[in-house]
Amino acid sequence: MTAALEISRLGYRVPGGASLVEDLSFTVGIGETLVLLGRSGSGKTTTLKLINRLLEPSAGEVRVAGERAADLPVTRLRRRIGYVIQEIGLFPHFTVERNIGLVPTLEGWPPARIANRVREMLALVGLDAATFAGRYPHELSGGQRQRVGVARALAADPPLLLLDEPFGALDPITRAELQHEFQGLEKRLGKGMVFVTHDVREGLLLGTSIGLMQGGRLVFLGTAEEFRASGHPEAVAFRSAADPGPPARG
Amino acid sequence: MDLLRFYARNSGEVVGLVGQHVWLVAISTAIALVIGVPLGVLLTRRPALRTPVLGLANVFQTVPSLALFGFLIPLPFIGGIGATTAIVALVVYALLPIVRNTYEGIAGVDAAVREAARGMGMTDWQLLTQVELPLGLGVMLAGVRIATVVSVGTATIAAAIGAGGLGVYIFRGVASVDNTLILAGALPAALMAIAADGLLGLAERRLAWRR
Repeated sequence: MTAALEISRLGYRVPGGASLVEDLSFTVGIGETLVLLGRSGSGKTTTLKLINRLLEPSAGEVRVAGERAADLPVTRLRRRIGYVIQEIGLFPHFTVERNIGLVPTLEGWPPARIANRVREMLALVGLDAATFAGRYPHELSGGQRQRVGVARALAADPPLLLLDEPFGALDPITRAELQHEFQGLEKRLGKGMVFVTHDVREGLLLGTSIGLMQGGRLVFLGTAEEFRASGHPEAVAFRSAADPGPPARG
Repeated sequence: MDLLRFYARNSGEVVGLVGQHVWLVAISTAIALVIGVPLGVLLTRRPALRTPVLGLANVFQTVPSLALFGFLIPLPFIGGIGATTAIVALVVYALLPIVRNTYEGIAGVDAAVREAARGMGMTDWQLLTQVELPLGLGVMLAGVRIATVVSVGTATIAAAIGAGGLGVYIFRGVASVDNTLILAGALPAALMAIAADGLLGLAERRLAWRR
């Protein structure tokens, strides 16, 4: 079976400037979630943007479901990749229904099929269609908005999902709730996912594998268990930040 | 009282001048829209053009209107005596608020919304027509409103180059030191400006999306 995402020797250099991502290689299979962990500025978000070509790679290759990303028209590529960002970016002048149905609409699905799909997606993320389909984003809570964002990303059934700190702006309780539900979704959906976060606990909870980024490079790639055992200084730093341990003095 | 008697005696002429005035404002605003909106959109796509284009529009804005009418008279095709010259001048004045507000309306759209739109595979045209223009419409309409109200006032000066409109009474009144005559031109022009402001304000509230 072809992997949802294959990346080899990916690099990105700002035109006439610094190198933000260097020599990145990894594979994400169907049903797998790769968590990209790293400090701010380590190149996580840049990596996602290189995958859906919001930035054009200056080196290396990206394959989505077996096809070279560089060979596809950019809009077609993006419609095959679900994309969820922290700020969500719901269209404020579209109802929830139109927001979720966006990519199917762009792809020219018949209206009845879109309407069905929207209901299906709302059910998937735990929102009642009768209550929420007609609402506007400003009438939703932060958690509900993020659910709609996930539903929108999944609507056209893409093989690959990119999530950039999707739960980063939520309060801790809503955040834990969505993380828990997301775990269930991962198992049911059978998609490849790349999940960017700087929260180690979230990463270990949701990732089938962990990629640790530092200075634009992947300094560690392995399972959650391997990450817990890794002696790489950045891995150690992240683990100790997540678990401060007992206070030094009584 | 004098004013009412004046209007009663010259009702045919008054209606004609009001009509000319409305036409000058409407046609020049329409032309400014056709040029200004695409130009404003272009500035959002080519940031390098922003400073020179807005700068030039700003400079035109500072030229006194009477002087601009004067400058235009000797020019071939767009100049001369009459309505064409007046319309060209009014278009020049209406351009700045329309171009600037089109640009700012689009530039003011939340960056996350734009990123999501691109990231989900909208073409640039879809991004513009389905997201940026609808969300920027309120700011754009505010620009059209300013342009129109200013245009109603400026169009009174068009009478100086034979373009007609309510300025005819004002200039005639100034020349003959007749306040009733000045008022006969100024009052309907002022009412027209208030009406345009109100109507376009209403359109702004009805059509524009707000959060």
